[in-house]
Parts: sequence; structure tokens; C-alpha cells
Amino acid sequence: MEQGATGGPAAAATAAATTASTASTAACGGGTGGLLLALSESEQQRYSELFSRCCPAPEAAAGGSSVGELFRASQLPPDTLHQITEVCGAKRVGYFGPAQFYIALKLIAAAQSGFPVRIESIKNELPLPQFTALKSDSEARYGTPAELHGVKFQVPHANLEKNSYKRTDEGDKQEPKSPPMSPICSPPASPSTYQRIPLTYGYGKSRSGLEQQHGAPYEVRHTTHQQDGPSSGNYGAKTALACSTLNRSLSAEREQQDSSTHYLDDPWRITEEQRDYYINQFRSLQPDLSSFISGSVAKNFFTKSKLPIPELSHIWELSDVDCDGALTLPEFCAAFHLVVARKNGYQLPETLPETLLPEYLQAASLKPIRDCALFDSYSESLPGSQQARDFSRTEKASAEEVPDKSALLQDGKKDDKQALKGSITLKTIPKEFQHLTVKTAAQESNAFRARPRSRSYSSTSIEDAMKKGEEPPTPPPRPQKSHSRASSLDLNKIFQQNTQALRSGWLPPPPPALPPRPSASQEVVLAQPPSKPARRKLWTETQGLDTPELSPTVNVTSSLPAVKPHLPVQKQSSKQKRAIQTAIRKNKEANAVLARLNSELQQQLKEVHKERIALETQLEQLRPVTVL
Amino acid sequence: LVLACVICSPQNYPLYIRSIPAENELKFHYTVHTSLDVVDEKISAMGKALVDQRELYLGLLYPTEDYKVYGYVTNSKVKFVMVVDSSNTALRDNEIRSMFRKLHNSYTDIMCNPFYNPGDRIHSRTFDNMVNSMMMQVC
Repeated sequence: MEQGATGGPAAAATAAATTASTASTAACGGGTGGLLLALSESEQQRYSELFSRCCPAPEAAAGGSSVGELFRASQLPPDTLHQITEVCGAKRVGYFGPAQFYIALKLIAAAQSGFPVRIESIKNELPLPQFTALKSDSEARYGTPAELHGVKFQVPHANLEKNSYKRTDEGDKQEPKSPPMSPICSPPASPSTYQRIPLTYGYGKSRSGLEQQHGAPYEVRHTTHQQDGPSSGNYGAKTALACSTLNRSLSAEREQQDSSTHYLDDPWRITEEQRDYYINQFRSLQPDLSSFISGSVAKNFFTKSKLPIPELSHIWELSDVDCDGALTLPEFCAAFHLVVARKNGYQLPETLPETLLPEYLQAASLKPIRDCALFDSYSESLPGSQQARDFSRTEKASAEEVPDKSALLQDGKKDDKQALKGSITLKTIPKEFQHLTVKTAAQESNAFRARPRSRSYSSTSIEDAMKKGEEPPTPPPRPQKSHSRASSLDLNKIFQQNTQALRSGWLPPPPPALPPRPSASQEVVLAQPPSKPARRKLWTETQGLDTPELSPTVNVTSSLPAVKPHLPVQKQSSKQKRAIQTAIRKNKEANAVLARLNSELQQQLKEVHKERIALETQLEQLRPVTVL
Repeated sequence: LVLACVICSPQNYPLYIRSIPAENELKFHYTVHTSLDVVDEKISAMGKALVDQRELYLGLLYPTEDYKVYGYVTNSKVKFVMVVDSSNTALRDNEIRSMFRKLHNSYTDIMCNPFYNPGDRIHSRTFDNMVNSMMMQVC
């Protein structure tokens, strides 16, 4: 071992420590679920020195900050270090005891040699972990072979490891990161336990190079004021920056990056700043956050990214999960994220990573922290979307929830941050609407997913679709809670959403009556024709697929405490009536629009028929007379 | 087992060709090409009737001693042709129909992709995977 000579002078001093560390090594073996680490002499010396440096007092645990510094000095990407922390058990016990520390050091050595961060890899013979020169003189010894690296690495310190600029350093503070390869003895990392650990990896410095690309460094004290940069919507500048970042990152390949392939899932996680940026971009294309971006619009937009068309085609295939030729907000975020990843050198995956699924993205953006009952009903409602379901509940429920969702999105960035930070101190109002919007998003996405099935299951698709539209049973009684926050703004949005949504002529009997709404809002609504009327024809009946699961979820919602305590009960029932009447009106409008559409298409059909007949007669004339 | 699967455009040039045995591919290509004539014949045979009544699934186009050829045409005259090994008697008509339906579904999904220009060759990985799984599962 190259450090053996340097360890010599300290050998005598650490002889006693060595015996102690041997004992602790065995102990750490027991502490980590029966794993026995065999440390070589030099390793033991080194580790004990490092440990004593980090842990000056005779206490059992190493100080978090010094450990963090040391780990950073290993020049491993931060997610590797997170994984190491998890694996070594520091998360579980909440501090870096000698056992955890030694295991962590060994894992660092493994990672630096390019092995995956698992318990198994540290059973091999490994070189000592290398740390770049730190402040104190004692570490200078450690860093001698690595100093060359260290200088090289610290100069492009703003240069980000390829896989870490996507780093969800929100994992630092918020989301539990469970890398797919975490070994068996690693404890499940929950956000609350993670935050108890005094480990603050200050990786924020290294983020500065990519601030503009996706917002803030991820230290807690940094706020997201960098948001303004990316949210200016300058796609060209962004891609230029991405290209330059790609060049920089490629120019400083390090051996630690071998371990980057193991974090394939993590680069596909969208950070908060990225999400906000994507949402702003979405807004620039389509002001209504809960509606679609049509295929052609999206195509023009993504073509600007200068990626080759086959790759863009593949990205589209990955992100448009419901294959409707349009991108909803989560689909758009996923697509954008994939484009960004591709421009930064990532290979596109074969299938959409789990963290980019629309349901995941919507759940993540409006994550309800508490009330697992709601979440369970949400998750079980997801698979049930494919069958023909109750229909009229969709309109009402979706009407209520979708505007809430868009409202929430627009003013809920704060809520997003709260959600992602794992705080459990959400107010009931936003929490409830997070639940509702989660359901809505799920139902919408399910609607879209279910749509192509109905579209293509028959030779004459329209007839079959019509049959399906008539199948859904009558709606169950309307839940109460969805009206509780009714305000004029929300109901306006309800109008928009509903009329955009309900474009088919197969609406079932309208829901209970709502009070009449001002006509102005209706006109505003009617002025927004859907971008794809032909496809939306089948949307409603598949929306019906999702309403039923909405009702159990909304019923659970209704069991939550009232949103606005100052709303008396009478107002609620009157608001219900109003909502019902609104829905009736919406449905009538939708009917009208669809009828118009139908007549237009019939006209087109007639014209085409006429043309055909004309052509046939011409053909007959030109053909020589034959005996039929 | 399904030996080959071809998608042809309305102008009768191939959009997608996939055959399982690597050898003798040309034989399958030739077979499919000749079967296009049969497809056209079937389409035009129903020309007098209204388009709506025409079935999309064309059924067995013609059997040879080694294999059978099945056809399917969409409303926009895109033709799907499948060559199946004759020795596989377990493959029933319904299964062929369902395979064509899956093909049609995937084809429409590709159509939804705005980056796909109708008439281009199909390079989609998702589509490849679907076709592979379908052909493999039959085998």
C-alpha cells in the first residue's frame, strides 16, 4: 500500500489504537448486521488516524462536519457519498461511530477504485481511500498520491460530475434516496431520520457552475433566487450553457465516475428548480397549466434544442405515456428533463424511469405528507382506471380538482417546497387540495392512458367508442367536500376545464344542479376550442373511467376537517347547488360544441363522398364499355 | 411461430420489416411482396361496397407449404402482413387477430408522435420491443 510508509511513523502511536480498532472492527461487524470487515494493517492505521482526526474527543461518534469535510475531500460525487453514508449505517444509528466510519472509509476506497458502493465490494482488497489535501498538516500525508488529482480536481471545482448536477440534493434535505443498489444491511432512509444526522455535505459550492442551468445550489441556506435566471425562458441560452457544461464535464473525467452508472435512477429525478423552470416553459407554450401542449407545438419547441430527430422521437415516446399526441404538464416536464439529460450527455433510457412517470411527478409536486389513507386510495385508484366507469362524476370532480390543481400550481410553489422538504406542518387547506389535485392528476393521466385503448380496439373505432360511452352506470351521489372552497375564481377555472374536457357527445345525465354562473365566463370558455377535437371525442368516456375512483378518494377527503371553518354549512349546500347547475350548463355547452363539430365533420364526409362519386363516374366514362 | 412481420405504406413500400430467422430474409421479403398483390385484390374486391363495411382483418392471404401469410389493412390503406410458420397449428385465427390489433395500436401510438412523419421508416424502439415481444411470445 502506498500509504504504508507514511503510516510507519504513526504506527507506534497507533499501535494501541490499532488493537482498539481491531476490537471495534469486530464490533462494527456486529453492528452492521453480521458483516465482518477485515482491515489490513495499513488500513487500520489509516482509518484510526482519520477517525481520531474527525473525532478529537474520546466520545464515540465522529463530528459530522469533519466527517463531511473528509468525505468531500475524497472527491467522490455527492450521491456516492450519500450512498456510502447509508450503506455504512450512519443513517440508521444517526452518527458516525467508529464502525460506521471505518465502513465508510472502506466504501470510499471502493468507490474510488470504481467498485459499486455495496457491502460486498469492501470485502475485497482495496487501496486506501484517498483524500485531497485538507487544512491540517496530518492529512497532507494522506493526500500525496492524490494531490496531483486533487489539484486537478479542485481547479475545475465548479465542474460538475456528470451525474450530480441532476443531483437531487433535495435528497440532502428532503426526499429519501434509496439507490437501487443499497445493500441489505443498510437501513431504510427516511427523511426524518436523515435530518437528525448532523451531516451537512456542503456540495453547494460545486453547483455554482450550473446555477444558471437549473437554479440554486442545494445547501439549505441558499434560496431559490437563482430561479429568475432559468425562468426567463431563454431556451437558446440554456442549451448553450448545457453544451458548455457538457464540454467541461467531459474534459475532466475521473475514475470516481465509474460509480456514476449506478445512479441511473437519480439523474432522472427532477429537482425543484428544474421543475419550476419546466413549469415556466410550459406556461410559455400553454398558459393553462392543466391543459395540453399539442404535438406540433411541442415538436417545434423541442426541435429548438437541436437534438436529432430520432432522439426527439424517442424522447416523445418515452414521455407521452398515454400516447395521445399531446403533453400534459408532467409529461412535458419528463420530456424536458430527458432533453436536458440528453444534451448533457446522458444516454436515453429504454423505458421511462419511475421518477419521470406522470403520476410520480404529480404526486411529487403536490406531495401529501400525511394521511396515508388518501394516498392508499389514490394508489389503488390508479390501476382501476382502465375499465369503463362511472362518468358524470368525472366532470364534477375533475372540474373541482383540476382548477384547484392549477391554482395550486400557480401559487403553490411554496407548498411544493414545503412538501419536498418533508415538513409535516402543512396547513390543512393546502394539504387537502394537494390530495384532491393528486387525484385529479392521476385521473387525468389515467384518462389519457385509457383513451387509446378505446380508440383502437375495434375496426370501426367510433362505434365502439360510442358503445363504451354508454356503458358507464349512473353516478353515485356527489361528495360534499369538493365545493367547500368554491370561489368565483375556482369556478371559472372549473368552466374552462370542463368545457375543454367535455367534447364528446356522449355525456350521461348531468350531475345535480348548480346555480347559474355569469355568462361572461362561459363565453371565455367557449373561445378556447381544444387543439385536438378529434381525439378529445373519446376523452370524456375515458374520463368516466376515473371518476369512480375519485369518489372514494373524495369521500375520504370529506372526512377531513373542513377547509374553511368560517364557511357555514348552509353555504356549502347552496354552493353545491350552484356547482351542480354550473355543471349542467357546462355539459350543455359541451354538447353544443360537439354537435357543431359533428355537423362539420358530417359535412366533410359528404363532400368527400361527392368527390368519390364524381371520380367513379369519370372512371366509368373512361373505361371502355363492358358488359356487367 | 411468427416468422416475419411487415408494415407497408399505402404506396406499397415497406415502413417496417422484422423477421426472426436471420437467414432467408429475402425469401420473406419476396413472399410479403407478392402477398401485397393479394391484399390489393381483397381491398378492391370490396370496392363497390361502402368503406365502412370493409373488415380490417383480411385473414389468410394464401398458404404455402411452409408458411401462411395473414394480412390486415387499416382505413388509411396501411397494410400489415404477417408470415407464420405452417407447422404451428396451435396458432388460431383469434390470436392472429389480436396480434394485428396490437400492431395497429402500436402503429397509432407511433402516429401520435409529432416527430414521426407518416411515410417514414419506423425506427421506434418502443415499437421494436413490442413487435419482438409479440413474435417471441408466440414462439
